[in-house]
Amino acid sequence: MERRTLIKTFAASLLASAVLAGPAMAEGTIKIGASAPKTGPLAGGAAVTYWPAVQLWVHDVNERGGIDVGGEKMKVELIEYDDRTSNEEAIKNVQRMATVDKVDFIIPPYGTGINLATAPLIAKYGYPHIAVTAVADGIEGFAERWPNSFWTLGTSEAMASSLVDVLTKMREAGQINEKVAVVNVADAFGIELANTGKPKLKDAGFDIVYETSYPLQQQDFAPIISGAKDAGPDTFIAFSYPGDTFGLTKQATITDLPVKAYYVGVATAFPAFAQANGAAANGVMGVGGVDAASDAYQDFAKREVDVTGVAPDYWASPVQYASLEVLEQAITKAGSLDKAAVIDALNTETFETIMGEWKFEDNIIKKFWTVGQWQDGVFHGIASTGVGGEAEPIVKSGWN
Amino acid sequence: MSLMNDKERRIAAIALVLFGAAAMIPFADDGYYLSLCVNIVMYAVLCTAWTLFSGPTHYISLATAAFFGVGTYSVGLGIDALPFPLLVAIAAVASSVLAGLVGIATLRLSGVYFVIFTLGLAELVRQVVTWLQAKFLGAVGLYVFTDMTEKHIFWMLLALAAVVYVTGWLVNRSRLGFAMRIIGNDETVARHVGIDVARAKVILFMISGAFIGITGAILAPRFAYVEPPSAFNPVISFQVVIMALLGGTGRLWAPLLGVIPFTILFDRISASFPNHTSLLIGVAFMAIVYFLPRGVMGLIDDFRARHGKARHAAAGLPEAAE
Amino acid sequence: MDILVTGTVLGGTYALIALGLTLQYGVARIMNLANGENLVLACFCAFWLYTAASINPILGILIIAPAAFALNWAIYVFAMKPLVDRAKNRGQLEIDSILATFGLMFIMQGVMLLVFGGQYFSYNFLSEPVRILGENYGLNRIVSLGAATLIAIALYLFLYRTRFGTAVRAVSVSPQSASLVAIDVPRMSAFAFALGGGLTAAGGSLLSTYYTFNSSMGVIFTMKALIIVIMGGVGDVRGAVLAALLLGLAETAVASLIDPGLTLAATYTLFILVLLFRPQGIFGRQTV
Repeated sequence: MERRTLIKTFAASLLASAVLAGPAMAEGTIKIGASAPKTGPLAGGAAVTYWPAVQLWVHDVNERGGIDVGGEKMKVELIEYDDRTSNEEAIKNVQRMATVDKVDFIIPPYGTGINLATAPLIAKYGYPHIAVTAVADGIEGFAERWPNSFWTLGTSEAMASSLVDVLTKMREAGQINEKVAVVNVADAFGIELANTGKPKLKDAGFDIVYETSYPLQQQDFAPIISGAKDAGPDTFIAFSYPGDTFGLTKQATITDLPVKAYYVGVATAFPAFAQANGAAANGVMGVGGVDAASDAYQDFAKREVDVTGVAPDYWASPVQYASLEVLEQAITKAGSLDKAAVIDALNTETFETIMGEWKFEDNIIKKFWTVGQWQDGVFHGIASTGVGGEAEPIVKSGWN
Repeated sequence: MSLMNDKERRIAAIALVLFGAAAMIPFADDGYYLSLCVNIVMYAVLCTAWTLFSGPTHYISLATAAFFGVGTYSVGLGIDALPFPLLVAIAAVASSVLAGLVGIATLRLSGVYFVIFTLGLAELVRQVVTWLQAKFLGAVGLYVFTDMTEKHIFWMLLALAAVVYVTGWLVNRSRLGFAMRIIGNDETVARHVGIDVARAKVILFMISGAFIGITGAILAPRFAYVEPPSAFNPVISFQVVIMALLGGTGRLWAPLLGVIPFTILFDRISASFPNHTSLLIGVAFMAIVYFLPRGVMGLIDDFRARHGKARHAAAGLPEAAE
Repeated sequence: MDILVTGTVLGGTYALIALGLTLQYGVARIMNLANGENLVLACFCAFWLYTAASINPILGILIIAPAAFALNWAIYVFAMKPLVDRAKNRGQLEIDSILATFGLMFIMQGVMLLVFGGQYFSYNFLSEPVRILGENYGLNRIVSLGAATLIAIALYLFLYRTRFGTAVRAVSVSPQSASLVAIDVPRMSAFAFALGGGLTAAGGSLLSTYYTFNSSMGVIFTMKALIIVIMGGVGDVRGAVLAALLLGLAETAVASLIDPGLTLAATYTLFILVLLFRPQGIFGRQTV
């Protein structure tokens, strides 16, 4: 009998707290919903790039009294959901935000796959979909299919292209030879980059002396690094994800991989990368970058640490923040919370963000950072599609 | 096989009414609650299919995600070339073939080996599929753009659920079901009586796997973008086990008693406590293990037994031994 | 040649992951799905001790392992023992323990997420290269191989050369018979479970010196550990070590000679082959 009562009390208290913990309806606030990984394989990335930027923005906006909507200042109420890095969960969350919480706007999820999975639903409900952490070659097609969507971080094709350009310049300056090793993680982004990057390398006159792909969440890279080392290239490229970015670099450090150009993929731009690798990080190139020397970025970084305790990365974090600045300004320019009006404003207006001036061309931000490099403890952007402020690349000399 | 007796006719009538009512749901709500119902029906199908096999044999299969993913991928790969119904059929065949292979390889061994193997099966299939796709197709994600909406998926799943229940009922009344009951009671006796234990288990596993594969195929249009980590998500396997065990394995409709409360509970927890989901799920899980060892079905059975409705225990009606 | 060394080093890592679970499953009969979380928790503690108090992870084991021992003892007594008492047969206990430890896994993950967050953690310790047979290897990996060997030998000596250890092994062979010869089975099981937890934690401390970890990573380790334990023969320490080595070598060979994309496939093929030809595992007894 005791057990029965226990169960009943347990169930009742859960139900009670669930009911009581629902979001409070306040007058004059804008409800914004955000669904992104707090658990699951992408939780690590979201914890650095997504959540702190979102929380900082809400804080900043409310500090200023709120967003100006047709003359009235309305504060932002953020409703957070964990999508557990699951498409199914994310879809459910979007449904919930749209039909139960009835949010005014939705901050799109983290990660290419989940952005794509939720895009049809977000489009169905008519919300503006300002995607950040979704780098894919199909974005022009997506923008056509979902005219409410906006894409801000670029394409895999551009990332690979830029990298090849940087390397070609280094080769022409006599800094590296024509041999490269290319490895990639066997997942969407890694595969896309490899498939577009390898032909470009060959066209640019590079010789791929070692190539392979490895599964997600791989931990041991000794065979790969030694295979690459044996082939004797001056350049090592890995289209990798956070876990492997760290793992590969550690292994390269240990074996003292004698390359003059070393590139790893996602998470190279995380502050944790420099912390984990210390001096070995110097000269390491990675996807992304930002004008790290600019006042705008430095101010943003300082504020994010002050408010959320987490330092931003040098690539997608500021873009995430900028995407929200854009939303704020679009709402103001539209003068209302009407989703269609905001989408119109997004299409036509120019915006001032910490990433500079933004104007969507066919729903896409065409000027974005593509390659960055760690130089003296800062990950500087060294190549972009025309942003401006690129630093000069340096040659990698050793791992100490 | 005789026609249904009175009790079974009653159950069938109730079932028809319930299904009819359920089919009306999309007309009542088109958003979040419909989505939730789609999830409920999906897990009802998965759990019932799972229980078809794991109930009688007591082998805990964690391979659900593997079959589901195979189903989803069958649709994802073929959606541009073949009609959807054909793809669903292909999914069923592919999953049952996979189930057959796994069954033949591992069902002769003891239970725990089976559990471990199926635990990693989804990962293994995912890795192989990713590797094949990367090497031969050059891209890992597949776009599934169709005109189907939540409503259609809901109705398809509902129809599938009906098929699963009918199949389960038929299996129970057949020689296979009879054989499984004997095996469940005492495998040695079964073998001595001439029942090909291994073959019975494999066939049952294949039937179960086929249904799970079909579910995956039906869900593919909902994903829009199919990639291995989400199609072969191990969490599916775990959740199916939890819900089926919560419901209990005594009756064909017992899993439903687990699916409905769990889905709603999980939904409430993840909505209200986004930062504490894992923790609360773990607590809920352990509470179930300690306080409901034979699931909600066990509670109901105890209740009934206490109130003297013991006549069901003796008759040979569709129940597997505990 | 360098495949052999790399494979052995990797095998050492795997042995660390699996030894603890061998005891927990073989003796205490608990299929501990939270084993990986135990390991990751130890990684976090080692990280915290190193960065906050500058205690090096090797010494840190002296703090972490006993703490894990105590924690696992408590887990056994409060969470597992009721299941043991309730189970009518071994199969039932296995199922119940799988489910209960599954819940435990979520709880531990949830706590780690709340305390440490979801980001990746990594630190450098002993990452200087060591030259063996012409190739460089991380000193930290070599150290963990050494530690794994030491731990395995110590465990072996304990189990096979002491009275207490023999009692533990008796429980793993047959709890009923063991209690007939006046062995306190519940206490032994608790001890084995706790010791297993302590070993896993020691392994976690060592692993943290060269792996990048985050709160959600436990499952991967658990899966590998389970495979190794079953392959090696349940409850047999020598089997677990041998299986770990085999796995390390097989994975490295496949990654170097065939394709790194098929490592899991290789693992599973090995697993199936062993089970098809020797269903009780490499060193297992032909049990009921």
